Amino acid sequence: MTDKHDVSDMPTTGHVWDDDLADLTNQPPRWWMLGLTASALFCVVYFLYYPSFPISTLGDHFRGLGGWTAIKEMEADKDEVDALRGKFEARLKDMTPAAILADDELSEYVRRSGKVLFGDNCAACHGQNGIGTHDKQGLFAPILNDDDWLFGGRIDDIHTSIVGGRQGMMTAHKEILSAAEIDTLANAIASSQPNSTPLFVEKGCSVCHGEDGKGMHVMGSANLTDKIWRFDGSVKGIADTIRYGVNSGDPQAHVAVMPNFKEAGKLSDAEIKKLAVYVYEFGGGEADAPAEAATMAPAPEAEN
Amino acid sequence: MNEESEQKETGSITGIYREFEHWNVNKGDKTIHAKRMPGFFRTIKNYTQSLWLLFFLVPYLRWNGKQAILFDIEHRQFHFFNLTVLPQDIWMLSLLLLLLAMTLFAVTSVASRVWCGYFCFQTAWTDWFVWIEDKIEGNPPARRRLDAAPWGMEKIGKKAVKHFIWMAISLLTGISFSIWFVDAYDYWGKLLQLQLPLVGWVTLIAFFLGTYILAGLLREQVCMWMCPYARIQGVMTDSQTILPAYDYRRGEPRGKLHRKVDEGGGAQGDCIDCFQCVQVCPTGVDIRDGQQLGCITCGLCLDACDSIMDKVGKPRGLIRYASLDELEGKPVKKMYQHPRTLVYIGIILLALGGIIYGLTHLGSVTLKVIPERQPLFVRLSDGSIRNKYEFKVVNKTDKDFYVAVTAEGGVKDQVIIGAEKPLLARHSRGTSFTVFVKAPGENIRQEVTPIEFRIQSTDDPLVAAEYKTRFNGPKP
Repeated sequence: MTDKHDVSDMPTTGHVWDDDLADLTNQPPRWWMLGLTASALFCVVYFLYYPSFPISTLGDHFRGLGGWTAIKEMEADKDEVDALRGKFEARLKDMTPAAILADDELSEYVRRSGKVLFGDNCAACHGQNGIGTHDKQGLFAPILNDDDWLFGGRIDDIHTSIVGGRQGMMTAHKEILSAAEIDTLANAIASSQPNSTPLFVEKGCSVCHGEDGKGMHVMGSANLTDKIWRFDGSVKGIADTIRYGVNSGDPQAHVAVMPNFKEAGKLSDAEIKKLAVYVYEFGGGEADAPAEAATMAPAPEAEN
Repeated sequence: MNEESEQKETGSITGIYREFEHWNVNKGDKTIHAKRMPGFFRTIKNYTQSLWLLFFLVPYLRWNGKQAILFDIEHRQFHFFNLTVLPQDIWMLSLLLLLLAMTLFAVTSVASRVWCGYFCFQTAWTDWFVWIEDKIEGNPPARRRLDAAPWGMEKIGKKAVKHFIWMAISLLTGISFSIWFVDAYDYWGKLLQLQLPLVGWVTLIAFFLGTYILAGLLREQVCMWMCPYARIQGVMTDSQTILPAYDYRRGEPRGKLHRKVDEGGGAQGDCIDCFQCVQVCPTGVDIRDGQQLGCITCGLCLDACDSIMDKVGKPRGLIRYASLDELEGKPVKKMYQHPRTLVYIGIILLALGGIIYGLTHLGSVTLKVIPERQPLFVRLSDGSIRNKYEFKVVNKTDKDFYVAVTAEGGVKDQVIIGAEKPLLARHSRGTSFTVFVKAPGENIRQEVTPIEFRIQSTDDPLVAAEYKTRFNGPKP
């Protein structure tokens, strides 16, 4: 194939275009050839080291000489993350939720790392960031970032709610009260003044909702004097709640059940504590007022 | 007949092959052994190249107990004596790069490849490596003889010593590069205990090999075939650019020096064809062929030619810094008649102004406030509306301080919750806080109310920052 180029007198590959344009057989520079060879060698090593041939023979593929797998790499990365989190996790394991909350560093850790935990376990009902979710009957699960709590908003209350679950209970009153009575009560409650009708005390509403209508955390009864409604806050909606109750067994009753997360066994103690702190930090958490409690507690004893 | 065939040749593709016969392509198959000669440009080159000593020494400089200049990648900070630049101010880096690029362009347009000839690390390291080679293996003829000689004890010994010193310098180069990015003394400690992190070893080995191969083995091949600057310089220079040039009007026709004037005839030019300019050239080009790719404009051929001109009693400057216009006898324009340079200088001044503005307006604290978007607001039991804000405070000083949070604008009777006590802003990094603002529902007049937060250090009222954001509420 080797010819001489007619003008330059250089050896060519024998290919000629456009009369006199030829392909000379000059060698590329040596460093360039070395680079090319090195690159080719790299490819060979790379292909042997990693599982590079997706060809199934005998029901198996070529696994590579290095033993690399994506799962192993992921686990190594996970170990790295665990090591980073480990020092925080070790500390909060034996702490109470209140102590975690009081510790700036740990509560910041929970604030940053709790999102996944909350998203996996709580957000399905309570919504991302605790904004609540809605169904046909209105709010499906309570909003967690406001300051209205059925079962109390102190850190230990929140912790208890997660550990044991919650289930409020309100009887259906459709057989107990007349339609007119239900209407009167619904109107009074809708205006946030349940005590404006004597029926509130006479018919026993105050037994659960309190004399002042502000609810009792012990029973999870709702505060009827504020502007936040667990269920539909319209007159008709309130009347329906009175009529059919909550978790009363009536087919039209509201169903409101928070599962027991301890029993479900999905969450560890530490995770529940973290969730309690995370929910508290949405902004609705109520302070324990430890200073006041400390001075208040011994006072009756002193009097005695 | 002759004229006709010549016309046919020009413009024809085969003309390239005709030219090719005159091209001296340096493919790196022959090592260039350049002669070292003293002279004016040699001295300049020694001084300018010695600026690279700063590269080796500056990292050891301490300031207030810390490394004075440190590109702390791990902590995303740049320390320059008292100054700490955080990633927030990195826009200045782009201006700095613009400034450097434009300086390169401007200098090239005025005086060609000054960077290549006097400052470039490739030139500098190669020059030092060749100097070492010269000391160990002798002058260029001796080196050529050694290269051609069969392998024996003497040759092995000399080569081994040379490569060992080259490698030592390469290693030191790698170390010196690394310690611009991590604490120098800490690095040495870890290096000596062989406990560098993986990225540290990779960097060290890459720079060790890079230096050894590029400066020791490839040398001028890097300038000719790898460096893009050599290839694009053509668009930066023009006929007004001064560059080392052979005055062909004075030199040609060249010829060997004749003892008697009449022997050579009157037609002979000043060039005595002694090849000294070629022998001293570190890239092996013949400057008498005119401006070319391989010329890094180091001026060493000027030194060589001047020393010969002195010996033969002719005026210096047969090879000198001159523009094409000057060589061709055209009138030489003044600097201000060179609009391109003025444009470059204009851009340089703009970039410089931006950097000076940036450095003098760094501030010691910045504030960014991100309003919570899910939910935009929370209705509380007393009917008030609460917004949640994430404060990101970057304390650029080297001391922790506490900041007090206040707000302007917003809704009447609003209360800031979560910042009752001053909040700690940790030094040289960002700190984030959650702050709530609660406002009575009846005072909210619009869905979006502008609000401006202000943080102020409790130590120094001048250390403060503001951020404008919004207070979200329901439709009134």
